[in-house]
Order: sequence, then structure tokens, then C-alpha cells
Amino acid sequence: MSTTRELLEAHPFLAGLTAGDIGRLEPLARPEPFPAGTRIFEENGPAERFWLIGDGQVDLDIRVPGRGDVIMETLGPGTVLGWSWLFPPYRWHFGAVAAGPVRSIAVDGTAVRALCDADPVFGYELTRRFMAVVVGRMQATRLRLLDLYRAPA
Amino acid sequence: MTTMTPSRYRVAGRADETADTVTLALEPLDAPLPAFRPGQFAMLYAFGVGEIPISVSGRYGAGGLLHTVRAVGATSGALCRAEPGTTLGVRGPFGRGWALPAPDGADVVIVAGGLGLAPLRPAVRQAAAHRDRYRDVTVLIGARTPEDLLYPGEHDEWRAAGVGVHTIVDRAGAGWGGRVGVVTALFDRLRIRPAGTVAYVCGPEVMMRFVARDLARLGVPAEALWLSLERNMHCGIGHCGHCQLGPLLLCRDGPVVAFDAAGPLLSTREL
Repeated sequence: MSTTRELLEAHPFLAGLTAGDIGRLEPLARPEPFPAGTRIFEENGPAERFWLIGDGQVDLDIRVPGRGDVIMETLGPGTVLGWSWLFPPYRWHFGAVAAGPVRSIAVDGTAVRALCDADPVFGYELTRRFMAVVVGRMQATRLRLLDLYRAPA
Repeated sequence: MTTMTPSRYRVAGRADETADTVTLALEPLDAPLPAFRPGQFAMLYAFGVGEIPISVSGRYGAGGLLHTVRAVGATSGALCRAEPGTTLGVRGPFGRGWALPAPDGADVVIVAGGLGLAPLRPAVRQAAAHRDRYRDVTVLIGARTPEDLLYPGEHDEWRAAGVGVHTIVDRAGAGWGGRVGVVTALFDRLRIRPAGTVAYVCGPEVMMRFVARDLARLGVPAEALWLSLERNMHCGIGHCGHCQLGPLLLCRDGPVVAFDAAGPLLSTREL
């Protein structure tokens, strides 16, 4: 059984952070498993934390009238779930549901924001990492907008 | 017979793969053409309609061929409508196929997008048949929707042979239990030593650019990263120039080209 600190140290999203910075996140983090089908958060709900996915998959979805919950993207192991806690209005843009059993580490986003405000160097480093996540998802979205697999006209 | 004269093949069978894609089993009526290597292509002639390049997606019997064709135009539509007993013309084999086999002990990564799995299927089958030669073999498959995934019935066979098979789709309705997103998102499934990896990639060109770039960033050598490129193949023997991509005539120098040669060409606007 790994400790929370070991889980944080092993997660790719935090790779390269100093031991001191990991130590500052440790008291704000706790392992949080989700059984398959658990709704982790709802669209427009308060965004107060993020999750480092250790194992399993999480579907990001949106409720579309007449079509139900439409999956927009699946997040896999080694990725991070949730960045809306970092930017006002601190509300989830989409919903999230465990696509299967998920092992994760939940981190208190509100407390991490306070940590970032108090230490801009740490805040910059963490924000840079979350920006990379956001940029990566934006690029993936752009690619999917191209609808590359569509039959040529 | 010359490379410019079609050989007659008979449609011995057909299988509907998706709403617009069919696999044709062809058997020779004349002397069979030389054996096709995985990744090579044939010019398929629907008599009275036209001729188009189609990669070989497998062998059929002793001298026969499997071709998976998507109906996107007049000739491909005619091929997709061909019923058993129809006679088609076949020229080939043309071009350079996949660099197979991969070196013993290598990690093998196969990335397919959409119809790109068709030319890769012989490579997957070969890797699965010789699975013990390689350290890891992973197949990553992207498609538009779950209904557009090619050869779903074979995925479990490949898994049973020890091949990691992972799928992802651009969009899915209720009932899809797999992943949604771009094929590079499946890279979290890779358990490779990049420097000892050989990768084979086929799909829409933009997809291949991103896949190759991301694999190269992981450390896969550009010369071990193989892409199957497509241009307007016509003669098949490097004479007509329709399939030129910079210094390459893809019907002769391709369609399979290593990323170290192909990469700069793929981002050149004039090409």
C-alpha cells in the first residue's frame, strides 16, 4: 500500500516537482477511489478540487437535451482531472463519471489556490502544468473538429 | 502481362465492414500476380468505370488478395458494389511496404486511424503470429465512431495472441464503453523503450503528423517510424508523376516512408 506522498511522487503530472513542493501538496491530498459509474462531478457544480488519475478512466460528458449524457473525452491513467478550480468562476464546465474502477488522488483546489497566491514561484510552476493540460485538450479538440476520419467529399 | 496490363481477378467474397466500407476477397482468373508484401498496393480496375490504388489488407487463399475499400467516389463505389462473381482488373504489387519484420526484441507500435487499419492489418497479423520475437506489441486504433471501427471481430484474436489492442473514437453514443478522444490519447497505454521501438502508422495525413511528432518526442527514432502516405497514384511504376511528393514518387518510393524523410515534406505548404 503506497502512501499519499509516494502516489504524488509517482504521478506523471507532478514529475520534476521538488520534494518540498510535493511536501506542500501532501497534506492537501488524499487517495480517492471511485467505483465504476460514479458521477464525480456535475456540469456547473462548484469546482473545489482536482484528481490525479492513477488507474482507470474517467469520461468527461455534457448533458444534451434529447441525447442524454454525451461523452466528449476520456481521460486515462497518468492524467489530471479538473482545472476549473483554478480559474473563476470555479464551476465545472463539464461533468465527469468513472468509466470503470478508478484510483485517484484528490487534491483540495481551494487550498492549492491559497498556496499559489502565497508563493508565486510555486503558483507559476503549477499553473504552467495545468496550462499544458488545457492546451493539450484544446489541440485535441481542434484535431477532432477537423473530422479527419470523415469520408472525403 | 506487364505492370500496365491488369490481371483478371474474380470477386470470391465480400464482407461489409462499415456502412460505406467493404472487404473484397479476390482470386486470380489468370496467373496470380507476384506476392504482395504488407503495405504494398494494387491498382484495382472496375471495368468501364476506372482504376484506383488500394492497399492490400490480407491474403486470400494461395494466390488471392483481400482489399478493404471505402466508397468515396465513382470507382471505389463500383468496387464496393461488386458482388461475388464480378471480374475486376488488378495491377501490382506496387511500392514499398512496411519495414517488416521488426528487429527481434523490439517494441512494436502500430497506430491506425480510420481506414488506415486496412494496410496495417497484415503487419498486425504478422506481429501477432511472431509475438514471441518482440518485447511488446501494441495496436492503437482511432475511428470516427464505434460503428466505424474496422475488423472489430479480429481485435480479440490479436489480444489472445498477446497484442495490446486499444481503441478510441471521436464521438460515441450511449452504450460505448471505450474511450473518446484523439488516438494520441492512447499513448498512455504504451509500455515501450522508445529507443528500441519500431512504429507503423497509417491514417489521415494530419493524424499521422501528430502521431509521428508525439512518438518522436517520446524518443522513438525517426528512422524507425514508418508512415504510409497517399497521393494520386496512377501508373504505379513511377512514370507518370501524379503521386509526386517533393523528391519522392510515392507509388515507387512509398507509400511507406520513414518519418526522417517524410516529416519535412508533410509540413511543406507547396507539397
